Amino acid sequence: MSSQGKILLKGNEVMSEAAIQAGCRFFAGYPITPQNEVPEYMSKRMPQVGGTFIQAESEIAAINMIFGASAAGARCMTSSSSPGISLKQEGISYIAAAQLPCVIANMQRGGPGLGNIRASQADYFQAVKGGGHGDYRLIVFAPSTLPELYKLTMNAFDYADYYRNPVMILGDGILGQMAEPVEILPYEPIVELPEKDFVLDGCKGRKPRVLKTLFLRPSMALVRHNDLLQASYKKITAELKLHEETETDDAELVIAAYGITARIAKGAVKIARQNGMKVGLIRPITLWPFPDEPFKRAARTADRFLVVEMSGGQFIEDVKLASECKKPVEFLGSGGGWYPTPDNIFEKIQTIYETEALVD
Amino acid sequence: MTDHETKIIIAGFGGQGVVVAGNIIARACVIEGKNVTGMVSYGAEMRGGTANATVVISDREIAGPFVERPDIAIIMNQPSLDKFEDMIVSRGLAVLNTSLVDRNVQRRDLDVAEIEASRIAHRLGNVRVANIVAIGAFAARTNLLEMSSLARGIEDLFKSKKAALVDINKEALRQGAQMMARFKE
Repeated sequence: MSSQGKILLKGNEVMSEAAIQAGCRFFAGYPITPQNEVPEYMSKRMPQVGGTFIQAESEIAAINMIFGASAAGARCMTSSSSPGISLKQEGISYIAAAQLPCVIANMQRGGPGLGNIRASQADYFQAVKGGGHGDYRLIVFAPSTLPELYKLTMNAFDYADYYRNPVMILGDGILGQMAEPVEILPYEPIVELPEKDFVLDGCKGRKPRVLKTLFLRPSMALVRHNDLLQASYKKITAELKLHEETETDDAELVIAAYGITARIAKGAVKIARQNGMKVGLIRPITLWPFPDEPFKRAARTADRFLVVEMSGGQFIEDVKLASECKKPVEFLGSGGGWYPTPDNIFEKIQTIYETEALVD
Repeated sequence: MTDHETKIIIAGFGGQGVVVAGNIIARACVIEGKNVTGMVSYGAEMRGGTANATVVISDREIAGPFVERPDIAIIMNQPSLDKFEDMIVSRGLAVLNTSLVDRNVQRRDLDVAEIEASRIAHRLGNVRVANIVAIGAFAARTNLLEMSSLARGIEDLFKSKKAALVDINKEALRQGAQMMARFKE
């Protein structure tokens, strides 16, 4: 195994460097633990590459700066953690309505309210189901290792541009704070990037362009705009579902987990397999669009699901929808800073096996 | 290649350099091509409060960065011994900074490596390198990492900040290791 080119970085730094590599040249943010290394890193790197770093006066100001920067054609990004992301929701709805590309990172911490500063996955609903007002969708990526965080952050900028839609990186305090070796690979677009024909950069020599989110007249204008958005979401849903499967072929019990939890669950799968238990893992990489096919398949072949998440039970609803409730779905999770270890996931697996044996 | 993950905790009070110690161990792992994760207790930490850093090392994929039951605990002060003694795995290793620990390890199932890290650091002219003395002792006792990798880790970390710190830290590493080797005989 070669260590060539690998450097040790914290998750927050990995994500920031990936953004810089991908050509992000505008960052606005406001400090909040556990994502403070993002603005710190950006404040150092942006001037080096001729970009702009702004520590905004608030999260609300930051997201609206992103609205403007994106409208002006910049690759742009903001980041925060749970309470700060709540503050950004109005701006996110506007950006989604205006179909502007940008990347928003949420290194989730404990909630609700001001919560605490430990890791959490309790903003799943907010990220995946809405959060702001109106019928809009964010593309949501859930990286589970730092090399993947690096890659998906780069991809996020490309998909944002390609679909003209904001993309959210849904991480958590563990992913942001942990350090791991990462290879800083050069950026290569993952899709063919369209020309930005919406940019407001002065209309000398061309027709004026308008970016707006208020549609009063004619009376059906907003319906038409919504239909346009839905058509875009349909296209994204058809094209962008990403997931990873581990040992699901012969699995009796399929664990469903995303992000850092999925990485920990992979350790539990290993222990279970060593103990002769047929356990597998489905790990959604995109949380929206949700990769439902692997769950449909597993609902036919496996006996049972086990959802593990760092919340009281949010992601589990999408697992039930995707598997059409055809098999029982067990749950291991809690909010507020709890995190699983491979051992306590394995204990839960053992309990499930024992209970099932009792039922038989 | 083994499945085993070696889990290390470095614990002390804020200002003792436990974060730097974890960072140097993790850097040495990267240099040796090992998989590694590092994690630092974050949040309301301050100079004088307790702090810890954890490192997980493996030849395989690492499940998570957290250390519930360390194989190795590098303990820099008394409160850290009180807090972590019971958590170390059976037959695990406790590296003790005896300069700031005022009792013996109670458990009989642990390997204990005692090192007067703070006193050695003080003699070197900077008590703040006690963390590196302890790493030297840990490295000599475990043979988990090459001394040269740790020295390179020190160079990588300090050269961009204060080049003058490289020499004293490398000397601290050497003396920590030497002291441990002497006790071994």
